[in-house]
Amino acid sequence: MEIKVLGPGCSNCQDMERRVKKALEELNIQANVVKVTDYAEMGKYIMATPGLVINEKVKHSGKPLPNVAQIKEWIKEENK
Amino acid sequence: MFQYIADVITYDILRLSRGTNIASSMNFFLYDVPKIYFLLAVIVFVVAIIRTFLPPEKIRALLSHKHEFTGNILAACLGIFTPFCTCSAIPLFMGMLQSGVPLGVTMSFLVASPTINEVAIILLWGLFGGRVAIIYIVSGLVIAISSGFIIGRLKMERYVEDFVFNVKPINEGSVENLTLKDRILYAMEYVREIFSQVWLYVMIGVGIGAFIHGYVPVEFVTKYAGNSNPFAVIIAVILGVPLYSNAAGTIPIVQALMEKGLALGTTLAFMMAVTSLSFPEFIILRKVLKPRLLLTFFGTVAIGIIAIGYLFNLVF
Repeated sequence: MEIKVLGPGCSNCQDMERRVKKALEELNIQANVVKVTDYAEMGKYIMATPGLVINEKVKHSGKPLPNVAQIKEWIKEENK
Repeated sequence: MFQYIADVITYDILRLSRGTNIASSMNFFLYDVPKIYFLLAVIVFVVAIIRTFLPPEKIRALLSHKHEFTGNILAACLGIFTPFCTCSAIPLFMGMLQSGVPLGVTMSFLVASPTINEVAIILLWGLFGGRVAIIYIVSGLVIAISSGFIIGRLKMERYVEDFVFNVKPINEGSVENLTLKDRILYAMEYVREIFSQVWLYVMIGVGIGAFIHGYVPVEFVTKYAGNSNPFAVIIAVILGVPLYSNAAGTIPIVQALMEKGLALGTTLAFMMAVTSLSFPEFIILRKVLKPRLLLTFFGTVAIGIIAIGYLFNLVF
């Protein structure tokens, strides 16, 4: 599974990454977490940062951030 | 009510005697901090509810196929309700240009969005009163509309980085249908987030403001930055640039300075420079704008802010 965290590196994007890692840890699932900081790449998926893309599907964009429980749901959906 | 609580704590519980510097500072602090927190909670909640009706896809749709001038006005007004600091506004900026929103219109949005934000409005309203808050909003709109319009007239599309127009969105974001409960949960989460980001700045800002209120003599500010200094506005704008995104901490300090004789126009110019012009923003925007357009953007906004500053110093 590939998880992309999209954002230019502001505190919200860092927070998003932390939450994703926590969700993966709690689920005990291995995934490739990629940070996307390039606007050209980001623009393919979202119009508001931070964004979360799992297996090329946009799961979230903008503020406020999703909580860990929500991120776990998305990961489970994609992990089937 | 806030004044009553502040008075009780200052004079009855802490037993500070009226008229002393320390009592005056303490009273200012105890009055302003709870009042600002209260206003923040209420107004951020309301703005967040409005925001749930304006996702980026909708903003983009509203602004495409608009005539230039009406587009500029609408873009500036929509900018009030959007949360974007410049870094998070860039993907939307790109999305708008790709779908054919004119460059000048997107620029109006890019100026209004950080300049006129709810935190700044709340602080102005709470600390300076409704009149100054409205003047601030209207001046911000005028700057956003006119700088966007000028950039539109200059036909500077070719100074946007080329990749911006070449990005092809993979999947168009679908707009979810939110229930009232979703909107309320979103707004509460938003209040919590804003609060966790600004509470400390508010406290530090009010703390410094309280010190100025109690200890700095009135003549001090009037002497250096009052109406008689013709460069006050320009200096205020230059000072405002490095203080990016700390509107929450800056505004209480400015309020205390205004009390000590800082002119209204100088105050407005300073606050606008803090929220809309900054060095980190410059670096981020450079990724999507070529230097010439970037400088034009900063130049028109800076001139607009300075002009507003002098205008208000003349009128008031």
